[in-house]
Amino acid sequence: MTLNDLFQIKETELFARKKIVLRCCMAAGCMSSNSKGVKEQLEKAVIDAGLQNDIEVRGVGCMKLCCEGPLVQADPQEALFVKVTEKNAPSILTAIKGGKTDVTQADPHSAFFTKQLSIVLANSGVVDPERIESYITQDGYQALHDVLTEMTPKDVVETMVKSGLRGRGGAGFPTGIKWGTVAKSPGAKKYVICNADEGDPGAFMDRSVLESDPHSVLEGMAIAAYAVGADQGFIYVRAEYPLAIARLQTAIKQAKIMGLLGAGIFETPFHFNVDIRIGAGAFVCGEETALMMSVEGKRGTPRPRPPFPAESGLFGCPTLLNNVETFANVPAIYRNGAEWFANIGTEKSKGTKVFALAGKIKNTGLIEVPMGTPLRTIVEEMGGGAPDGGQIKAVQTGGPSGGCIPAEHLDTPVDYESLGKLGSIMGSGGMIVMDESTRMVDVARFFMEFCMDESCGKCIPCRAGTVQMHNLLEKILQRKATARDLALLEELCDMVRNTSLCGLGQTAPNPTLSTLRFFRNEYEALLQPDAHGPRSTQTETTTK
Amino acid sequence: MSVNLTNPEQPPVKPVAEAKHPSGDKRFKILEVHMKKLQFKQDALIEVLHKAQELFGYLEDDVLLFISAKLKLPPSRVYGVATFYHFFTLKPKGEHTCVVCMGTACYVKGADKVVEAVQNQLKIRAGETTTDNKVSLLTARCIGACGIAPAVVYDGTVIPRQTPESAMEQINKWVQS
Repeated sequence: MTLNDLFQIKETELFARKKIVLRCCMAAGCMSSNSKGVKEQLEKAVIDAGLQNDIEVRGVGCMKLCCEGPLVQADPQEALFVKVTEKNAPSILTAIKGGKTDVTQADPHSAFFTKQLSIVLANSGVVDPERIESYITQDGYQALHDVLTEMTPKDVVETMVKSGLRGRGGAGFPTGIKWGTVAKSPGAKKYVICNADEGDPGAFMDRSVLESDPHSVLEGMAIAAYAVGADQGFIYVRAEYPLAIARLQTAIKQAKIMGLLGAGIFETPFHFNVDIRIGAGAFVCGEETALMMSVEGKRGTPRPRPPFPAESGLFGCPTLLNNVETFANVPAIYRNGAEWFANIGTEKSKGTKVFALAGKIKNTGLIEVPMGTPLRTIVEEMGGGAPDGGQIKAVQTGGPSGGCIPAEHLDTPVDYESLGKLGSIMGSGGMIVMDESTRMVDVARFFMEFCMDESCGKCIPCRAGTVQMHNLLEKILQRKATARDLALLEELCDMVRNTSLCGLGQTAPNPTLSTLRFFRNEYEALLQPDAHGPRSTQTETTTK
Repeated sequence: MSVNLTNPEQPPVKPVAEAKHPSGDKRFKILEVHMKKLQFKQDALIEVLHKAQELFGYLEDDVLLFISAKLKLPPSRVYGVATFYHFFTLKPKGEHTCVVCMGTACYVKGADKVVEAVQNQLKIRAGETTTDNKVSLLTARCIGACGIAPAVVYDGTVIPRQTPESAMEQINKWVQS
């Protein structure tokens, strides 16, 4: 494979392209509403009408507006058909020929689409995720070529530092610094791991990226491997995402056949292989040390750091671990330059962030916005507010490790620091909108139950603390608790946060603490008067 | 050399390197071929367990012992891993499975009411199987279908926007069949 071969594939593809392209969403959301059947019927209708030379029916990845699926978009007309059924196929053909149709259409120029800025999702909904040629047509793998032939690993790391990209898994550690640390660590064998164990309930960005554009993740991993000097990569995917696993397997196979993975990539001495590791449903495996234990085929329990994975990670070798979205950003950065990327976003948070917008909101789906976009823009303009004229009460970000942001703080820009100040976190990108009917104490209990079930049991504060906090929240909900219990709950939150071993325990109290901060009245309304009078001001240290 | 010579009182716990499993079940052979493909690597344990569950439907003791022997891992390790991860089940599932997603998006949109309705109808709790072995009710952490919440997976097919009524309808179809 050479650069010329890439250009040739692109040209052949563009030459064979038909005048009209009907893009059918084939991501998991639309597939569950029978988008496969819709695609088959469209293909049949095209053949019936004798238009197979003019119209291409292409299965593509997520087209973002998941609530209206199955989605079909026609190019170049831009018409976006929503809630398409199998019976609608002939009618869609009439419509793109200029006739009338009764199929519902959405406005592709509504705020939901126009306020987005796509870097990670640029190919999502455009390329056929099951064909590598489709990705190459969008200049795929050119960044890898340039990196391998024109840059030294040191340059690659420097460019990454300059771009200012921060980890998209939640904590926001600068990616360039991480790459530099692994590159400097001594060791003959190094690994690159892609964390696709998207365990946060309410988040589906990584699933969509893997289903819609798996090659961008592979290309990003290969560039990272060259920068740090690794020759083996692993993608750790949740077992709950069978479609993403299947598409990744196809993508890896195709890339290997084309010589874009394996030995001597682009006729350079660089070689890199990627294997898939399938998770088995443990939230804690999203934590890096636990994830590596799981890749090694063991129980996914975290271990204390240091040593950090960058020094001693998988099988004791230096390991680079990044999130799916982080890797998906990489090819674009090397294609367009670090300055281009650093110009997007805010001072400390560069680039864009993908959010999975869900819950009590009109437009649910996937959005990618520049960092620093106010929450209000996302929720009210893009999301269209609460359905049926309801009032938005809070927005939950960061899943069980995050917090609830009340409606009065909706003008907060989304970046790592601003969300942190409100007691929430950026997290991997789940954004659940809650309306007035949602009881915040119940939400806190829901997340605590989640953490209680998912605690791996290795350290006591998390294992026992989450159970006790859950019991207290349950007691409050049953209207059996007093002010004493509430004080005890706060004490426990503080203790678990400060003494747990890994991120799961350290962040488990976050939903409770943030709802206590902004919705304390809801807790207090459920409290009973204390038979023994108010608690003394002296702090009690004994807990039962 | 036979195992019995070194340990005369005890019958061999491990199935020896012959092709056949004493039970004569062909699925053991398929599982072994899969392990061979993974070069009997110990770090592939989770992959092997996935395959075993796919073949047998659940992980019975026999299967776990078979895997532990083939990968040369102590049974405690295999059992420990199998019980750590939610995806693996040590009990057989019913003929049909109904998995209700209890992710945050589904929860705030009423997945808890769907679970409650199914529980009341089948007289079982989440995670259990009906006595006639027909339906298993499970809950999932999040299946990543938040855009179409609340979602329920009936026998592997994700169905969007469920209500207690629509769930009842599907369950009744199974119960009556």
